[in-house]
This record gives sequence, structure tokens and C-alpha cells, in this order.
Amino acid sequence: MAEPAKNRIIDEGLDTGKERLTQERIDKVINQVLSGETGARLKAYMDTCVHCGLCSETCPYYLSYGRDPKLSPAGKVRRTMGEILKRKGKVDPDFIRQASEVASTECNVCKRCAMYCPFGVDSAYILLVIRRICHLCGVTPLYIQDTAHSHSVTQNQMWVKEDEWIDTLQWQEEDAREELPDLRIPLDKEGADFMYSVIGPEPKFLAGLLYQAAYIFNVAGCDWTMPSMPGWDNSDMAMFTGDNEIMGRNKKFHYEAAQKLKVKRIVMGECGHAFRSVYDVGNRWLAWANPPVPMVHAIDFYHELLSTGKIKIKEKYKKSVTIHDPCNVIRGRGLHDKLRYVIHELCENVIEMHPNREHNYCCNAGGGVINCGPPFKNKRVMGNKVKAKQCADTGAEILITPCHNCHSGMEDIVLYYKLDMHVKFISDIMYEVMEKPEV
Amino acid sequence: MSNFDMLYNFISGPLFIVAVIVFIGGSIYKIHQLISLVNQKEKFIWRYMSWKYSIRSILHWIIPFASTNWRKRSFMTIMTFIFHMGLVCMPFFLAAHVILINEAFGVSWWTIPDGTADVITVIVIIACVFFLLRRLILRDVRFITTPSDYALLTIAAAPFITGFLADQQCCYYRFWLILHILSGEIMLMAIPFTRLTHMLYAVFTRAYLGSEFGGVRHARDW
Repeated sequence: MAEPAKNRIIDEGLDTGKERLTQERIDKVINQVLSGETGARLKAYMDTCVHCGLCSETCPYYLSYGRDPKLSPAGKVRRTMGEILKRKGKVDPDFIRQASEVASTECNVCKRCAMYCPFGVDSAYILLVIRRICHLCGVTPLYIQDTAHSHSVTQNQMWVKEDEWIDTLQWQEEDAREELPDLRIPLDKEGADFMYSVIGPEPKFLAGLLYQAAYIFNVAGCDWTMPSMPGWDNSDMAMFTGDNEIMGRNKKFHYEAAQKLKVKRIVMGECGHAFRSVYDVGNRWLAWANPPVPMVHAIDFYHELLSTGKIKIKEKYKKSVTIHDPCNVIRGRGLHDKLRYVIHELCENVIEMHPNREHNYCCNAGGGVINCGPPFKNKRVMGNKVKAKQCADTGAEILITPCHNCHSGMEDIVLYYKLDMHVKFISDIMYEVMEKPEV
Repeated sequence: MSNFDMLYNFISGPLFIVAVIVFIGGSIYKIHQLISLVNQKEKFIWRYMSWKYSIRSILHWIIPFASTNWRKRSFMTIMTFIFHMGLVCMPFFLAAHVILINEAFGVSWWTIPDGTADVITVIVIIACVFFLLRRLILRDVRFITTPSDYALLTIAAAPFITGFLADQQCCYYRFWLILHILSGEIMLMAIPFTRLTHMLYAVFTRAYLGSEFGGVRHARDW
């Protein structure tokens, strides 16, 4: 089921991986994954799906590419796991390359389709199994594989060296002290109320977010800390490449950093996939039924700051805003009502996009798709026409989304579809409208 | 004894018993296989299963229009529910079936009035045609359709088509009657060993997703 040549995207990870791949390795991997690693869920899903197509319209790729049947959730399963089972595992390197591209760049594993399946068949799970097979075959898109390598070597996503990490925090602290002279970003403070963890891209190229967070926490009088050692990064692209072993290691570093610092809990920044890894996938892969250290997403924490009056609003944000619900904290943690409380506390004019909450369309960047990098950018952005329309219909000037992947994905959409809109994090708005101490 | 009587006695006697045994035995085997797989390889699932969220999820999907997707596809929903209710109710509550049971075992219960039964049969057949047309016409459904889907649809439709024709008693009554009993038996035996198995597994997949969404994700799955 090869794609027409004109649509073929060149990706060194996929192409070189395919060249190196032997039939023996494919056989071994498929056997290992199908007989060893998967079990009742895969069997039940594949045996139960009656090919009814009720999942098709849930997927933004399907809708955005003119209802291309290849791109419906069940269509993607058919082109990947369906073929593997039909051919009893006898697939060739070309097939693995193609399956990897489908699973890694045509599905955000956002689980919207699972919510619309009468049987609760979780296509995202099936496509993650495909990513796992492709990872073990060594056929993963280059850019996301690079981030997984970075996780493996540095325990953070962006090859940030330890001194660079500390230096970045101190730089932000120094800058912020011009605004709030006694501000601190306390490193390795044992027994603090909470450890604040972020994703690698924040120190790499969004250091202003660290400034804002530090400012908000200092004004709110929080007893907080950040670890100077590995474990500060809660992100996890290994989870999305199918490299479960590295994913497990990432989560251990993260939680063990909190345990070493003897903090009461972890507060994490505005990121969705990291939350999924820390709360849902990675911790469970380590056989921890629940996170070993209590952990809350930024939405939860901002909700707490605003509802307890620790942060007061000077004057609500005037521009019209709309909310994009990130899959991993809404469908993944039900934070939609708290998110709305926070946004309504901060903003005067909130316009809902539709569908919203658990039913929101994915940003198309999540699930590691944006991390597959430039080769797949056009395919990704063009695959989210529905999102562009959803946003444009609100007529709002500002789009707020508390997730890094959503943020970057939505910025691409705003640019490509020429939407008159700016994308912001909650903390951007909060920092702008909060009551600031006189200095 | 005529050839017809011999054939009729065979398929309504020994073959029927075989079909019931295969259905019940096969169903127990399939469910046991699934649960063993969980115990062997995905034991963690038990940790997250919740009666409350399982039932919440099942109810939202077993009641027509109680989930977003059922509401979005109202015609499909109506067809699906009538089709499945017909499939489950007719074997047990059709007067002709209950009479046979009464003759064999001396027990009897409420039956669907004949006129209503005719209407249900016709609607089920229409639903099958609708499902067939969907498979043939809708691009997304056609793409994921495999030959087995047509086979399954035929297996499900056959008892109703043959039963309806036999019931008309106009022509070839015996032929349709034999085919009717046979097709019913084929369907029974096919349930555990084809994707008709969704009759057995749906409750488990639904319960698991419901538990994950309710207990872990704190979100609605309907």
C-alpha cells in the first residue's frame, strides 16, 4: 500500500532506517511485540472493530484532507496493524517505513476517536504499538529520534547541558530581579512545598516563560524550587517514538529529583504531552499505579492561585480570547472546567470554539507529530484545516492554550491560514494582568 | 419418513444442539482467553477497572442517543439499535420459536405479536441493506471493509430473510424453513469465532475505556 511517489516525503530517519533493516529483524521485532509485549487490549480491539467507520469524522486529518479514507482512524489502523495481522507479520522494510510514517506523522494519538467509538476501540493505542514496532526496527523519523537520543544522553529533550540549564535559570532570575528585587528561582531547596518542572524547550528557546513563572510564584509567596540536576525536564518524546525504556528512565529521573528534594508535590508547566507521560503513561510503564509524588498541571495550580486569592487581578485582559483545549490535559485529565475558571478570571471577553472540552479537535502538532520536524510540517499544517476554521469562526483576537505542542502547532496554523490571531499561554496573560507589587 | 422430515429432524435436533454447544462453549472459551491474556500480560488493567465508570460508560452507549456520536448519526443510530434489538430479541420471543420450545421442553413465555414480528423482521432486513449500502457507497467505510465484513453481514441477515420467506408460506416453504434453521445455527456458531465476537467483547472494551476515562482521565467518554 505504497503512497504515490509525488507525495513521498524524504526523511533520513525513515529512509536510512529502512535501508538498514533486515527481514530477520522485522520478524523478530513483530514477534516480540505481538507475542511478548501486547496482550488482551490489542486482541480485543482488533477482534471487536466491526469496520463501521463511525470514527472517521472524529479525526482532523481525515476531515482536512477532503475526507481521505486512508486517514480515518480505522483506515490508519487498517494500513498498519491490520496489514501486519493479515500478512501474519510477514511485512518488508518498505512496509515498516510506510507504517512508521502513518503512525508518527498522520496520527496525534489524541484519542478523540476512542471517545467516539461505540466499543471504545482505542486506535491511538494501536498506532502507538506500531510506533513501538518501528522503533525496535530502527525506523523512526529523524527529528523526533534526535529528541529521544537527547533524552537518553542528557535526560532532557533539547541537549541542554547541566551548566546551561543552571545558567539559564540564573539569567532569568537576574533579569526578573530588575522587576522584583527580592525574586528568587530557588535551586535544590530541600523540603520546599513544590518542585516546578518544565520541558526542555523552555530553557532552550522560551526562557521568558521561566521568568514569568518565577515572577508569579514569587508574588504569590510560594515555597518552591527547581532541581539543578537532571530530572528538571518532564517532557518525553521517547514516549512517542515507542522507546519505552528511555521513557521509563525519564520518569524515574523526574520523580526521583522530587524525592531527593523532599518536596511535597510537583507542579508542572503548561505542557500537555509531558503531563501525559508523567501522569498516565510513563509512571504506569514503571508499574507505579499512581504518581509517587503528587503532581499537578499548571492549570490546576493557577486555579489554586486564583481561587485562594494568592494572585489577584488588577484589570482583566481586554482583548477577545478563545480557548484551545489540549487533548492530554482535557481528554487526559478533565481539567476543562478549571481551565475555564482560570481564563474567565483573567479575561473579560471569552469566546468558546466548537466543539470544545473533551470534544475539541486536536492541534495536529501533539503526539510527537510536530517533533518529526520540517519534512512533515506542510503535511501537518495542511492536515488541520478544520482547526483553522474552528479558530476563525470564533473571531477572537487571542488564542490561549496551556500546552507547548498545541502552542507551536497553533502558531503554524495561524500563519499558514492567515488567521488574525495570536497564540498565548495562560502565564502570558496572567503575568500581564495580575496585581504587581510596588517596588 | 420423507427425506425432508429426516433433514428437518437432523438440523432442528442434533445440529441445533451442536450449534448451541459451540456457541456457549466457544463464548466461554473466548472470554476465558481474553481474561487469561489480561492476567498473563496486562494485569495492571484490573487495577484501573471500576464498576462505576464501566457501567456509566456502557449505559451511555447502550442507550440510543445517549452519546455524542449516536446523536450525530441519528439514522445510523436508529438502524443500529433496531438491528441489534431484532437480532437479540427475535430468537427468544418469536411465537413460532416459543411454540417449538414449548413442544420440546414444556415451557413457554411472552411472545412478540406476529404482526409486530413481521415489522421488526422487515426493518432488520432494511437495516442490513442499509449497512451493505454504507459499505459499498461511503468511501471511508469501503476502505476499511474486508471480504469478511460482507460474510458477517450475510450471516446476520440470512436468518431474517429466510425466516421472512418461510413465514409467507407461499412457495418453497420447506426449503426456506431448512435454510432458516441452518442460517440461525451458522450465526450462533460464528459468534465466538468471527468478528461477531464483538457481542462478547464489547462489554469489556467499553468497560475498560470507561474506567480509564472515568478513573484516570476524569473525562467523559461519550
